Amino acid sequence: MSEPSPKTAGSIHVSVHQDAPIRLDADFSCAPGEITALIGPSGSGKTSVLRCIAGLLHPSQGRIACGDRVWLDTERGIALSPQTRRVGLVFQDYALFPHLDARDNVCLALGHLARNKRRRRAAELLAQVRLAGLDRRMPGELSGGQRQRVALARALAREPAVLLLDEPFSAVDQMTRRKLQEELARLHREIHIPILLVTHDLNEAAVLADRMVVLSHGTTLQSAAPDEVMNRPAHRGVARLVGQRNLFSGTVKGPAPASPGKLRLDWAGLELTVDDPGTWPPGTEVDWLIPASAILWQRPDRPTAGDSENPVDGRITELLVLGDNCAVTFALNTPDGQELHFSLPVHVVRRHGLMAEERATVSLLAAGIHLMQVNSKPAVQYSN
Amino acid sequence: MDWDAFSLSLELAAWTCTLLLPLATLIARWLAWHRFRLRGFIEGLIALPLVLPPTVLGYYLLVAFSGNSLLGGMYEDLFGQTLAFSFEGLLIASVIFNLPFAVQPLQRAFEAIPQNVREAAWCSGLSGIQTFRRIELPLAWPGAITALALTFAHTLGEFGVVLMVGGNIPGETRTAAIAIYDRVQAFDNAAAGAMSALLLALSFLAIGMVFVLGQRRRVYV
Repeated sequence: MSEPSPKTAGSIHVSVHQDAPIRLDADFSCAPGEITALIGPSGSGKTSVLRCIAGLLHPSQGRIACGDRVWLDTERGIALSPQTRRVGLVFQDYALFPHLDARDNVCLALGHLARNKRRRRAAELLAQVRLAGLDRRMPGELSGGQRQRVALARALAREPAVLLLDEPFSAVDQMTRRKLQEELARLHREIHIPILLVTHDLNEAAVLADRMVVLSHGTTLQSAAPDEVMNRPAHRGVARLVGQRNLFSGTVKGPAPASPGKLRLDWAGLELTVDDPGTWPPGTEVDWLIPASAILWQRPDRPTAGDSENPVDGRITELLVLGDNCAVTFALNTPDGQELHFSLPVHVVRRHGLMAEERATVSLLAAGIHLMQVNSKPAVQYSN
Repeated sequence: MDWDAFSLSLELAAWTCTLLLPLATLIARWLAWHRFRLRGFIEGLIALPLVLPPTVLGYYLLVAFSGNSLLGGMYEDLFGQTLAFSFEGLLIASVIFNLPFAVQPLQRAFEAIPQNVREAAWCSGLSGIQTFRRIELPLAWPGAITALALTFAHTLGEFGVVLMVGGNIPGETRTAAIAIYDRVQAFDNAAAGAMSALLLALSFLAIGMVFVLGQRRRVYV
């Protein structure tokens, strides 16, 4: 039994749909050499989607194809078994075989090799995940991070056409997590197959992934590059899921006369200039957001270039030191007291003696403001 | 000392284990990993020999084995002899009254295997049979040993069902337990005492093995 080398592996295309017992309505793709992160709150169906790809769960409708192989096609009655799918799956709790040592855990997944080659290959794989010398340790004698590496070596043993990682860093401490994340980034350069990473950690997804697929209640809300998902979410629902706090409603008033290509936006009586590529007819009610990074505090002593953009007056209502940064809550001078959230480096706060209840002005950068359709259907948005 | 009775008891116990363990393994895996409506009912049915008086079980088996019943009639047509008062009948009875002793430890053992460990085996390319042989069986091994020891010891000692179904035919259905009763009836206390001591030793050995293995059972993380 010879299996094609992973270099010939192609993209994976996933489309799974069902109503019960778990609602699934997910569509996405992942190219070889790409890490796609499936993100969403717990219970959003991320793990179920992975299980569908591995063949451990059969959705009532769907099609899953990897390269030129169709693994699942409910219309044509195709549903390959997990054994025939060439999937490398790292379980959340690793699911190592507890009665076998590290080497034999890997050997068992090397059934496609001749018997006398398995041990050598297992040793190579364990060395690849930096576990050389620990071959004969039982899973119970390994630390969490080491167990995770054994699970990874076992998943890679089959020369998988796709690597599936289910919350791989959730059960290890912060230090180990950083190390394992770095190693995943390294592995990502070494193996040219699609890698799907399930996580509920947005930062992890943003750092590691080339693409993010946002799932909620089993439904794909958006599939795009991390920066796009974080800063230009498809709608209010995604914005909330990715933790955007500066989320407001407004009305498009029309083109900005002085700056071509820009729009005027009415926000509770304030007029903002917005640089949004979308076409928004005047009078359209929109949801909009501004990432914390596009809010600039105006230093009273030294105005900067950004100060001319959408200056907004108000007062600082709360200053919270979180590590090197200070989380700032800023209330507008409008009657309904809308709040903006952004952060400032602690040294800036100290140098200027910023305090709560202090009057201040901030700039909302026009390029950072992102408009979204109100009540837009959670339709899939593909963009690169 | 009735060595014939002892060798018959050992033979019966060996055959019971040989037939029952594979059967109990199938039932135990099925009960451990499937949820269905009649599960509780089936588990209760399997546990019934634990609480049913042996004579009651023996009585119903005797009725089922008679030439007038479906099972007994079929057996008679096929082999030209009755199931009742035969070694084969005794063996069937033995398999039935040992069901809970074999199924329950195995079921607990299979239930203790995490579902995702089996799934990991499938994703590693292991077929269902390979997964059973390489993963499930080694992990459920202590349960299998317990099932084996309990079945063996219990078969050696069973009295009521054996007397009802098998009677007391030397070399065919007279087991050690029956022979002890027989010797006591004949005021041959020396033979009864010797056989009792031997059965006691064998039973203690079997049950001791269960506990020793239970202590030594590896704790996997």
